[in-house]
Amino acid sequence: MNSSVIVFPGSNCDRDIAVALEKLQFKNKMVWHKDASLPKSDLIVIPGGFSYGDYLRSGAIAGKSNILNEVIKAANNGCLILGICNGFQILTETGLLKGVLLRNKNLKFLGKDIHVKVINIENKFCNKYKKNQILKLNIAHNEGNYFTDNDHLKELEDKNLIPFKYCDENGNINQENNPNGSLNNIAGVFNDKKNILGMMPHPERMVDKIISNNDGVNLFTSLLN
Amino acid sequence: MKITNTVVKKHGLKPEEYSKIKELLSREPNLLELGVFSAMWNEHCSYKSSRIHLKNLPTKGKRVIQGPGENAGIIDIDDDDAIVFKIESHNHPSYIEPYQGAATGVGGILRDVFTMGARPIALLNSIHFGSPSHPKTKSLLEGVVSGIGGYGNCIGIPTVAGEIKFNSTYNENILVNAMAVGHVKKDKIFYSKAKGMNKSVVYVGSKTGRDGIHGASMASAEFNEDSNSKRPTVQVGDPFTEKLLMEACLELMKDNSIISIQDMGAAGLTSSSVEMASKGNLGIELLLDKVPCREENMTPYEMMLSESQERMLIILEDGREKDARKIFEKWDLDFVVIGKTTDKNNLTLKFKNDVVGEIPIDALATKAPIYDRKWIKTKLPEKKIQIKDLKKIKLEDALLKILSSPNQSNKSWITNQYDQMVMTDTIQRSGSDAAIIRIHKKEKAIAVTVDSSANYCKAHPHTGGKQIVCENWRNLISVGAKPIAITNCLNFGNPEDPKVMGEFAECLLGIKEACEFLDYPVVSGNVSLYNGTNKKNISPTPVIGGIGLISNINNTINHYLKKDKNIILQIGKNFGKLSQSIFLNEIYSITEGPPPEINLSNEKNNGLAVLKLINNKLVSSIHDVSSGGLLLALAEMAFKSGYGVKIDKPKYLFNLMEYFFSEDQGRYLIEVEPNNLDKIKNILNENNIFNETIGIVQKDYFEVSGELKIKINELCNINNSWYNNY
Repeated sequence: MNSSVIVFPGSNCDRDIAVALEKLQFKNKMVWHKDASLPKSDLIVIPGGFSYGDYLRSGAIAGKSNILNEVIKAANNGCLILGICNGFQILTETGLLKGVLLRNKNLKFLGKDIHVKVINIENKFCNKYKKNQILKLNIAHNEGNYFTDNDHLKELEDKNLIPFKYCDENGNINQENNPNGSLNNIAGVFNDKKNILGMMPHPERMVDKIISNNDGVNLFTSLLN
Repeated sequence: MKITNTVVKKHGLKPEEYSKIKELLSREPNLLELGVFSAMWNEHCSYKSSRIHLKNLPTKGKRVIQGPGENAGIIDIDDDDAIVFKIESHNHPSYIEPYQGAATGVGGILRDVFTMGARPIALLNSIHFGSPSHPKTKSLLEGVVSGIGGYGNCIGIPTVAGEIKFNSTYNENILVNAMAVGHVKKDKIFYSKAKGMNKSVVYVGSKTGRDGIHGASMASAEFNEDSNSKRPTVQVGDPFTEKLLMEACLELMKDNSIISIQDMGAAGLTSSSVEMASKGNLGIELLLDKVPCREENMTPYEMMLSESQERMLIILEDGREKDARKIFEKWDLDFVVIGKTTDKNNLTLKFKNDVVGEIPIDALATKAPIYDRKWIKTKLPEKKIQIKDLKKIKLEDALLKILSSPNQSNKSWITNQYDQMVMTDTIQRSGSDAAIIRIHKKEKAIAVTVDSSANYCKAHPHTGGKQIVCENWRNLISVGAKPIAITNCLNFGNPEDPKVMGEFAECLLGIKEACEFLDYPVVSGNVSLYNGTNKKNISPTPVIGGIGLISNINNTINHYLKKDKNIILQIGKNFGKLSQSIFLNEIYSITEGPPPEINLSNEKNNGLAVLKLINNKLVSSIHDVSSGGLLLALAEMAFKSGYGVKIDKPKYLFNLMEYFFSEDQGRYLIEVEPNNLDKIKNILNENNIFNETIGIVQKDYFEVSGELKIKINELCNINNSWYNNY
């Protein structure tokens, strides 16, 4: 499977995701934001980091960059798109995903391990997980507090477009285990066609037992399925 | 502008120093030249009070590639890999403007590391605040922590270890020390020494603004009531630009375009150009009209003294300009040739076709003043307190009080604001004795830690100096690493006070003795003097940052208890000495008496024996016994593990407080499987290592037979409570 990782000035998880993809047998290429075209890709990843320093609003400037036009075209043609952390923020800025990511409810940067429950496994990204499986992943963000309007929130729930929700280690989903204040404990969302996934936790940090665990592996191997 | 006594004083120069300047120039300097002298001759840049003591430190060793004197120290970690590291203070700016002060402290130390060709792989910090009840402490604390996080998180380098302490000695002068660690291939190291005449001097990075003018001079004076008016001398950090600058420099370093490279840190363009020229025995000519400026009508004086961040000076090989420029343009950074090297041995400054300043390089560098300041010894205090004379306290009450105190409580409210995992090589995060970072795509790792013990150093600087080196060494052993080398950040008060100068000299002597004995050289460091306000000096606070090597990443270990019914051994002897302990300080507010004694030979033998046990996979978990003593170390092993302990009553030292809270040095606790016990005892006894079984691991409860029994999660809650209520 061919993957591309888009690199913006200020991206800082680009190397990490490339290492994970290569480890899990993707043929990966790095794409610089000034490039005019994308290499042939089955999966495009927009990595975490602080694109353009996040100085205007997280993801706002990257969302207007040249290469994003190509990403939008590819997405509309059904290419798989994964936005992690800052990548998720960029996807909401482009409109590929609805909703916004607000400041964390405690107004502080959060860098820690959290648990999420896999809610939906009938999609390209999660088919190797078990339904309701609990994963330990890592978050590292200032703005991960997912917010959207009531109609869209209902649509997300009704159409099963929420793959991951924050929970405790036993799978209980409640406010106490909501690290950043996201509506309904949302840790990630799909678009309607489920070919675009945006998520705040970093699956690429969980593919190596010596530093953490293997809870992120199945997200990538699902795509190879 | 005429150079009057007032002007000289405003530049932080003493009258006799000004006379020396006139003598070296054989004339009066103009204002620009005076500014350049003040930037180079201040304490921060010239080390004029500390130099004669620093030269006694052991700086050589078979793994040392680069000792002090460069941007950072470099050590060999086998194969083609080397580690570049250094610690630096940003105390004064952080007190005036905590967020920016701390952020630019991180930015500055990162530049020191990537200037040498290394990709930074870890950040550490040592931060010291005044009493939690002091009105400024809370806002300083929040500003500093978010500043450290703001810079490291954005640039994408994990902040993996550190220490935070509260003590009223820092009420008016906090300490913010940042350490950076980078990885470099041995054949791709870059230095700051200029070579060759008529080579292009290139300015890259951010534009120059009016921020930070005279920052280094500010950092070389005591604070007073006017300190807040010094806010404009604090620089403003831009981690995004630094990320671009780092990537651009590392990209340029892939080929051989660079002759020498130096970051513009303290004293900006002045110190970077002078240092490059001085090391290369050359002159340098700068055309100041070409300096990229952020603001209009900047004068040569402002350009030379600005401490705007995220800038570098590079001397390029002939004919490499075009390719180098392309790289910096790709990253949207300025790239301007602003001068050239010369054979005149002068710093020549030109502006609008005039020579506006001309100073011999050696006058600024090698001929800068050096002082052998008066110093007095600190006598070893006598032990006056007898435990039997103190009001009795129950063991449980003492433990709970210590666990919930600001200094001993859980620090995850800080570390949760740092990205510890970016770069995905962090094997062990903060909260351990040391953090562990894998060398990217290799099977080996390094361990890193920072430590200080201001109370010990204040009580007896010579012992305190030895103790911090030993504790740092012990922390690395405790994660399975072989300690290799250190960097130090020497935070002291006013060197013109003989007592302070004595603290400095004697701490350094202690550091020297311990480093020599443990074969643990000092390869880089920083001195921060004049920490104090209105004649009140801080306690001497040398901070040690250590690096250890783990040759096999499968041989790391941590301090979390592993299995029910495992046995706990104490290695090293407990003498029950309580003076200068957390116990006396927290429970009785007693701060007198001598610090724990250091026996270097026990320290070394115990540590090396423990390391052998770890490498033979005989240890399940390990923790060093340090501040807070045995009981606190046991509690720390229990947190997070889900297991408790059952500890026997002491067979000697019948006073429980002395047994459980003494801070005698050179001690470790190890958890071992019962079937390994004989084997371990044999190894320890063969090496004459004092050891004793003190108890076992059990489920759910933290227990001392007949004295205390607490549920582990209750203990955790108490340990986590302080900050939530602050």
